[in-house]
Amino acid sequence: MQSTPRRAAVIGGNRIPFARANGRYARASNLDMLTTTLDGLVARFGLAGERLGEVVAGAVLKHSRDFNLTREAVLGSRLAPSTPAYDVQQACGTGLEAAILVANKIALGQIESGVAGGVDTASDAPIAVNEDLRKVLVAINGAKTVQQRLKLLAKLRPGQIVPDIPRNSEPRTGLSMGEHAAITAKEWGVSREAQDELAAASHRNLAAAYERGFLDDLVTPYLGLTRDDNLRPDSSVEKLAKLGPVFGKQLGDEATMTAGNSTPLTDGAALALLGSDEWAAEHKLPVLAHFVDAETAAVDYVHGRDGLLTAPVYAVPRLLERNGLTLQDFDFYEIHEAFASTVLATLKAWEDVEFAKDRLGLDAPLGPIDRSRLNVTGSSLAAGHPFAATGGRIVATLAKLVHEKGTGEGGRKARGLISICAAGGQGVVAILEAA
Amino acid sequence: MSTDRFRDLSNTALAGRLGVPRVPLLRRYEPGQALLPGPALVTSVGAGRFAKPIAALVEESGQHVVDEVGDQKLAAVVVDLTAAVALDDLAAARAILTPAVRKLAPSGRLLLLGPEPAEASARSGVEAAATAQALDGLVRTIAKELRAGATANLLVVAADAPPAAVDSSVRFFLSARSAYVDGQVVRVGVPVGSPRDPAAMDSPTAPEKPLAGRVAVVTGAARGIGAAIADTLARDGATLVVVDVPAAGENLAKVANRTGGTALQLDITAVDAPERLVAHLTQRHGRVDLLVHNAGITRDKLLANMDPDRWNAVLNVNLRAQLRITEALLADGTLLQDGSRIVCVSSQSGIGGNRGQANYVASKAGIIGMVRALAPVVAERGVTINAVAPGFIETEMTARMPVGTREAGRRVNSLRQGGLPVDVAETIGWLGQAESGGVNGHVVRVCGQSMLGA
Ligand SMILES: NC(=O)c1ccc[n+]([C@@H]2O[C@H](COP(=O)([O-])OP(=O)(O)OC[C@H]3O[C@@H](n4cnc5c(N)ncnc54)[C@H](O)[C@@H]3O)[C@@H](O)[C@H]2O)c1
Repeated sequence: MQSTPRRAAVIGGNRIPFARANGRYARASNLDMLTTTLDGLVARFGLAGERLGEVVAGAVLKHSRDFNLTREAVLGSRLAPSTPAYDVQQACGTGLEAAILVANKIALGQIESGVAGGVDTASDAPIAVNEDLRKVLVAINGAKTVQQRLKLLAKLRPGQIVPDIPRNSEPRTGLSMGEHAAITAKEWGVSREAQDELAAASHRNLAAAYERGFLDDLVTPYLGLTRDDNLRPDSSVEKLAKLGPVFGKQLGDEATMTAGNSTPLTDGAALALLGSDEWAAEHKLPVLAHFVDAETAAVDYVHGRDGLLTAPVYAVPRLLERNGLTLQDFDFYEIHEAFASTVLATLKAWEDVEFAKDRLGLDAPLGPIDRSRLNVTGSSLAAGHPFAATGGRIVATLAKLVHEKGTGEGGRKARGLISICAAGGQGVVAILEAA
Repeated sequence: MSTDRFRDLSNTALAGRLGVPRVPLLRRYEPGQALLPGPALVTSVGAGRFAKPIAALVEESGQHVVDEVGDQKLAAVVVDLTAAVALDDLAAARAILTPAVRKLAPSGRLLLLGPEPAEASARSGVEAAATAQALDGLVRTIAKELRAGATANLLVVAADAPPAAVDSSVRFFLSARSAYVDGQVVRVGVPVGSPRDPAAMDSPTAPEKPLAGRVAVVTGAARGIGAAIADTLARDGATLVVVDVPAAGENLAKVANRTGGTALQLDITAVDAPERLVAHLTQRHGRVDLLVHNAGITRDKLLANMDPDRWNAVLNVNLRAQLRITEALLADGTLLQDGSRIVCVSSQSGIGGNRGQANYVASKAGIIGMVRALAPVVAERGVTINAVAPGFIETEMTARMPVGTREAGRRVNSLRQGGLPVDVAETIGWLGQAESGGVNGHVVRVCGQSMLGA
């Protein structure tokens, strides 16, 4: 790998507790949540009035009024209004991709500091008019006289007034993400028990992290919510086993994916603060980790053999190779839990000899990971997953984890791997290392 | 915050005609406000060494000083009685004070300076000690007799204290910042730490920012009195680190951002709280000039019904956390420096006791014990530690009281009203100045001279 002039530092982060859709944040907009989260970050790091290099964030579900969402959030925040901002969108990869963009600019010396992350609301999702109604409304708008308008209005039929609510489905397959995940789960023979175990561990780990104060400087309460309300500290494999399947139901008895081992629709926002080491030192801010490298992959899930959420399976080997690392060289693995089965299928693919040869073009599989290093403070199954917010949550969490650990085997700096799958058959992965 | 409707009504013309006693509207500090709104009488009985510098201080602030009572209303009356040794000196004081109190303007300030009874006794005998002690009762009585928001307080000055030692205290007691501090006796000694040049510290170019350049930590700052302390210290120039439990983080972030400070979400009772606070301060600031232990809770029950959970919860937040955090900061050795100040929020209940609050009272009295014990220890590093004991302060806490208790709490003091969070904050701001090193190991009540616990 070519040496970069410098590595971006991860200084910290802030998120609001994630709330299940149509619940506590039902009346909050993307802009409300992003602005509040930004202000929480400003408060934590004393950045009131400060001009940052840039703020980069995005949302997957956006109203048309949100066209300049991140810039509007900056203008509504305590940051200096001279802080530039722009939106990005790469489905569930949005937050991490934003962090990569900011980290790269910092590495190149183009900026000294930046904020990256995202926000999503499934409660205040943009509801559009259906295509028929849109045509009529456009015509009404173009009509010259009141009579013409009334005439057009009179033509409206009830069927035309049904709103178009955004669906969590792939435009090219018509299948929901869960249905896609169910196909992959079946393909890899991921058992119901293994999924429930992973889900229970996520809840247990996140609850323990809250208890030991790990989230004290990562989360700021919002609208009276102080912890993620999807979190079930008393979750157990036994309780999860009682739930009926919600995806892959056509598999009958073999259906494995339930509401307990899939992430619910969630509202929330998360941001990470990045900067150069010099900027951090000048502002007397801690450097928790350095952004080492990142990789994005995409798969042809429409016509090819790959599953919708399997792109990280390809991205990670490429990232490892470029950095001369093996999959076992990490102290922490943050694999986004879109569904428990996605995480487990990903791990199986990395362990599979055939898959390594045929599909990854490797002589040997990446091999197994030490499961005690996986999502040690919980992940999306417990916290919830406001699509674009997940990357910011994970970057700040992992930076804190490697910082706490300091050094790994043989005294090398503690290291962590992030892997996030995204709609459209994409996957964003990255490496952080303790500072 | 609950509003004092009776005070507002009592100030209407109708109330005046009906003879309802008027609840005075207290003059409070606003940025840019002059030290005094009118002329001051500054005088002494005998050869007091403070009258002259105080007169100069008042004149420097732009206000006129007189040495005799005339026709004019007086915004302040300052009598230096530090040289008083005999009953004749007391009679002379009476001769000054009787016409002076009649001329004292609304929200006027009466400030006496006197000797320490023990020192007076050693130097000049028993009559001097009696004279000195008489001032204590005198000032408390004047405070009770004054009307229209005027206050009376006494500075007991050690014989070896240099004149400049009283400056920050004189400024505080003359200004509107001390609106709700009434009938108090404050001892001023030789300032701890290396000698300070008041002119350099209280920069004449920024007299409005007596805390400029100082780093202040306030616990329990998300709301109530703590939030007011943060706002007030920031107004006076301090850089704030505001601390509160993670669950209060939403408000805490707002306080941090409006004061330009930083928010630290931390439960001060957590096992690693002292360590985390020290690490945070070391990383972000490398020092702390003012530590305000304000966080506090109540879990009321009669002692007969007190369970260990209620007892421990209150003692842990209100006292144990203060002990542990102070200890950790002292052990650290670098953060608290010469000129640093610690102020603990106690309570008048901690002095007088309160039915149904055995746990709370024990914690608040314990704070006073801690302050007195630590004062000589921290003084060796140039650090002071003091407590403020608020009386009835209008907050969410008092707004939730039953009406009867609340009305009683409000009226049983010489100013006939509850204080505001800012009144506690102003007092902490005064004790937090580097220049206030002469006050150490003291408990200052902010209670409008409440009868409770007096
Ligand atoms: N209001 C009054 O009349 C009055 C009178 C006398 C003394 N006091 C004292 O003044 C102080 C402030 O009182 P207030 O009226 O503003 O109360 P408040 O309840 O409005 O505020 C107290 C703050 O302390 C915080 N806090 C509680 N436990 C904490 C912990 N473990 N770690 C960190 N923060 C914690 C709370 O979250 C809250 O924000 C208290 O010490 C109280 O005992 C108040």
